[in-house]
Amino acid sequence: MNIHEYQAKELFDQFSVPSPKGRVAETAEQAQQIAEELSGQVVIKAQIHAGGRGKGNFKNGFKGGVHLSESAEEIGVIAQQMIGEVLVTHQTGESGKVVNKVMVAQAVDISKEYYLAIVMDRESRSPVIVASTEGGVNIEEVAEKTPEKIIRETIHPLAGLQPYEIRKISSNLGFIGDTAKQFGRLLKALYKLFISCDCSLVEINPLVTTPDGQVLALDAKFGFDDNALYRQPEIEALRDPSEEDPREVAASEFGLNYIGLDGNIACLVNGAGLAMATMDIIKHFGGEPANFLDVGGGATEEQVTNAFKIILGDSNVKGILVNIFGGIMDCDVIANGIVGACKQVDLNIPLVVRLEGNNVEAGKQTLTSSGVNLIAADDLSDAAEKAVQSINV
Amino acid sequence: MAILVQPDTKVLIQGITGGFGAAHAQLSLEYGTQIVAGVTPGKGGQVFESKVPIFDTVDEAMKETGAKVSAIFVPPAFAGDAIMESVDAGMDLIVAITEGIPVADMMRVCSMMGDSRSRLIGPNCPGIVTPGNGPESSGGCRIGIAPGYIHKKGSVGVVSRSGTLTYEAVWQTTLLGLGQSTCVGIGGDPINGTSHLDILKLFNEDPETESIIMIGEIGGSAEEEAAAWAKENCDKPIAAFIAGATAPPGRRMGHAGAIISGGKGTASAKKEALREAGIAVSETPSEMGSTLANIL
Repeated sequence: MNIHEYQAKELFDQFSVPSPKGRVAETAEQAQQIAEELSGQVVIKAQIHAGGRGKGNFKNGFKGGVHLSESAEEIGVIAQQMIGEVLVTHQTGESGKVVNKVMVAQAVDISKEYYLAIVMDRESRSPVIVASTEGGVNIEEVAEKTPEKIIRETIHPLAGLQPYEIRKISSNLGFIGDTAKQFGRLLKALYKLFISCDCSLVEINPLVTTPDGQVLALDAKFGFDDNALYRQPEIEALRDPSEEDPREVAASEFGLNYIGLDGNIACLVNGAGLAMATMDIIKHFGGEPANFLDVGGGATEEQVTNAFKIILGDSNVKGILVNIFGGIMDCDVIANGIVGACKQVDLNIPLVVRLEGNNVEAGKQTLTSSGVNLIAADDLSDAAEKAVQSINV
Repeated sequence: MAILVQPDTKVLIQGITGGFGAAHAQLSLEYGTQIVAGVTPGKGGQVFESKVPIFDTVDEAMKETGAKVSAIFVPPAFAGDAIMESVDAGMDLIVAITEGIPVADMMRVCSMMGDSRSRLIGPNCPGIVTPGNGPESSGGCRIGIAPGYIHKKGSVGVVSRSGTLTYEAVWQTTLLGLGQSTCVGIGGDPINGTSHLDILKLFNEDPETESIIMIGEIGGSAEEEAAAWAKENCDKPIAAFIAGATAPPGRRMGHAGAIISGGKGTASAKKEALREAGIAVSETPSEMGSTLANIL
């Protein structure tokens, strides 16, 4: 789950992580008003999830999703050209994203840029703080070319962040005096935010020092643990479905795990590992998978029907491969779901079905006697080959 | 001998009165597993299916029944606590089936376990099966949610992050007549109790296991670590499959752990590391059994 920049800023404010003053605006008037309150040079940023906003262009001809100005009036005019308009960046695809909100914040003078992140690290099974004096750039490149410039501090999950660890990181970043104190307060607040909100990642790039001695988080990226959202209603509420693939949103409503891809062979599988492997084997036989779709271990007829509807909502799909290894799940339930779905959605593209496992004979019988036009497969290879052949006829 | 669990292993189920836990407790009983106790706080004194006593606490259940292994079927919000209860009681083995436990909870659980005597398998895993001698492999020990009947007592050790892919490998080795010594699903979460490497070490020492199928997926570096160890230390033939060659970077592919981030954890890098270690890599999931058979 991703959040908007202004939402990240609000989380920072809530946890006292210092960042440039500013707020979100939904109208040009609000934007102008915020700029007046802030005074001096302000920055206005279009709020979409995709990156590359500064170099993006609006479909109305307006250039750039990020602008600087000292005139509040001009901020209002710029906001007018952004809000409600479609911004296209290298990450949005040609269709772009509608900008519903803009963030207006104080522009700050920068003395030096740093990098600071906290990640939930799977290898050490602990939160790890990653910091570098090389901020504002691609940190993965820094890690590759100059690994000595990356500071890593593993935090004990039960003890939490200790003052000596803060001093160590601060010292390694070269902070002294009041700057060190400010950095220490920021890091402590950031760690509290990370743990309190069940984050998987908080990345500040860049973290900056200013000529007047402030330490500020200038831009942030958040990742959250989906498994913990049940106890983070405030974080869950930050979700913006308009920024997500509508098919993925629909799938999640039915408890299905769907990820849209670019190919033309749709797949419907039980189990995440088998679903990935089914995509792989389609590719192996020269096809291109249209999606990842895991119906889970206890799929119902209704879920299977809805899964079919979502798959067929993708106009690129030219064929479907159903691959079910019904361990505990009854193959006949799946078969009935397939038959029901085919009748409801008026299927007119090839459908290859591979069923294996619990009550498989009854399932196969249901499929053959239903009159649904499908291609039966014996095993996974056979199924993938037939699926690829079926769309190349 | 098999590994981790034997047909006479005494098993306790935490969450035996929930729908999911009850259904699988019943299937395990039918398979012949020694389910000796259930634990559901507040339901102590009841009896499951008129044969399995239910207790309020793991500690009490263990003392009364001598259970050594606990299966966790507790909902995600309470699963971390349930695992810690079993660690505290001194269980040898804890098998956490529950899917969707917050990562922060698992981090604390693993940290709390430290050098305790307990081993944790999972979470978010299909469990463990040591097939038995009876019809459709019954008479063995089935802990978790795997279908018992696809197994066959034999010589292949199977270790995997994924449930249904494990079933594929099991079914393929059953059809080939090889059968399995023990099948272990270690789970698809980023933080889990037991790694591929831990299980490879156990298989390597188990006389009944003659060969191994290791199934991995994108994300992390557990498969590479297992391969590096196997190259130097494992003298049994290993076949492997890695799922997720076509997965787009940065997307979580169902399993929380299955994600390529920062260019790391790709299927191609993992396959390369496995081949480098002398492991036979199956190109498709339908050839896991035959790839192994070819090197025996």
